[in-house]
Amino acid sequence: MLKALAQGMGTTLRIFFRKKKTIAYPKEKKPRAERFRGRHELRRYDNGLEMCIGCELCQVACPAAAITVMPAENDPNRPNSPGERYAWKYEIDMLRCIFCGLCEEACPTQALHLTPVNELADFTRDSLIYSRQRLVNTHTSDFTVPTNVYPEYSGWTPMHQGAAVYEAEEAEQTSRGEDRP
Amino acid sequence: MNDVWVALVQSLILVVALLTVFAGMTLVERKLLGYFHLRVGPTRTGPWGLARPIADAIESSVKEDLIPAGADKLVFRLAPIISVFAALAAWAVIPIGPPVEIAGRVIPLQVADPAGGVLVALAFSSLGVYGVSLAGWASQSKYSLLGAMRAAAQMISYELSMAMSILGVLMLSGSLRLADIVAAQSSVAFIWLQPIGFLIFFLSGVAEVARVPFDLPEAETELVAGYNTEYSGMRYAMFMVAEYVGMFTVSAMVTLLYLKGWHGPGFLPPVAWFLVKLAALLFVFIWLRASLPRLRYDRLMDFGWKVMLPLSVLNLIITAVGVAVWG
Repeated sequence: MLKALAQGMGTTLRIFFRKKKTIAYPKEKKPRAERFRGRHELRRYDNGLEMCIGCELCQVACPAAAITVMPAENDPNRPNSPGERYAWKYEIDMLRCIFCGLCEEACPTQALHLTPVNELADFTRDSLIYSRQRLVNTHTSDFTVPTNVYPEYSGWTPMHQGAAVYEAEEAEQTSRGEDRP
Repeated sequence: MNDVWVALVQSLILVVALLTVFAGMTLVERKLLGYFHLRVGPTRTGPWGLARPIADAIESSVKEDLIPAGADKLVFRLAPIISVFAALAAWAVIPIGPPVEIAGRVIPLQVADPAGGVLVALAFSSLGVYGVSLAGWASQSKYSLLGAMRAAAQMISYELSMAMSILGVLMLSGSLRLADIVAAQSSVAFIWLQPIGFLIFFLSGVAEVARVPFDLPEAETELVAGYNTEYSGMRYAMFMVAEYVGMFTVSAMVTLLYLKGWHGPGFLPPVAWFLVKLAALLFVFIWLRASLPRLRYDRLMDFGWKVMLPLSVLNLIITAVGVAVWG
């Protein structure tokens, strides 16, 4: 029994002199793995077009119903994405998100990506519903627009008004006072 | 009259010093426990956590003072006072160095120097049992009562082996005065002559103060309850004072009785040597706390009565034979 005591006390004494593992957050931060699932981003192709085509698969895949997508037709003069549609309204409620990564897996164009950034605390609920402006990257990535994927875009579709339809509806809702939940 | 003034000033300095060191000790304990556990202790409150004791003191003093409705008001308030008094009073007879000369007068570095120094120190430690048991009883709570009874039983059981192990030292030194015992160690420290006695005294001291691994009375406050439950804020802090000052007392007694007291190479003054040895023993206290699990209560009592006490009697017999044969 004394031997066991001596072994135990010897272990603690050896640990006393070792370098401590405590990380002095926030001055030091723990390095995250490359595929750590943190904050979302919508990436762009190297020519500046958004990769997100507004297919809403991420919205369907999300187990927490955190994503809201409303697509709109691309303006042929100033397309946002290489396809027919783009994500006109893209909101992720960070308070609902469980950072599972299923949306990233579901995205067919690899537009949605979860970065290792995880310091997302904020003070109000509204500010934690990330909208398009916050999510779409301003920088380009290394992805190139895949060939033979997107059809020739002639610019004529039944919904050729594009985003103007939504904007009109939204303006009417605001004037009716129904724009807030 | 002059002696009375000297004693008063010494008492004042002693109480202030003990309370300050207690405050520092709470921080040192948390830092050292952290270091033993491969983590750092408090680092945010001031550099190295140095403002922690101040923060704790402020917190204790502004907390609401809850007294249970059914509690005996007088005894409830009196119990922590008794504990603190018993703990601090034991330091009246503990010399921290040889007599010094200040302003032409020789002043011993202890408040009182009765002929039965060791006995007085042990007696005051025994008074601490009153504080614990009265606290448990006055709280009018079943768990507090049980915890206090256990704590009291533990403390008085280990006092026996404490006293018996000291008898060996007393035989070797021939006097009960602590200064005489230190002087009798000038050639060889009693730890070499009385290794078993040293271990028994130290472990019994750990049990007396209810530190790990014998801290079931204290740990019960973490698990369920204990004599401490109904105490909050400053009253709880007083119990902590009593515990830590008891730790200091046990360490000081070990230093004086077994480790040559204030003797040491000349590059440090004797008081500094005393404090260095005291600090080393406190380090061992914290090391024990960091390493060992706590004993179950019945095993704790078994250990005290069936192991410590017979060993101390054995130590006594061997020492008596040795002194009779070799002088």
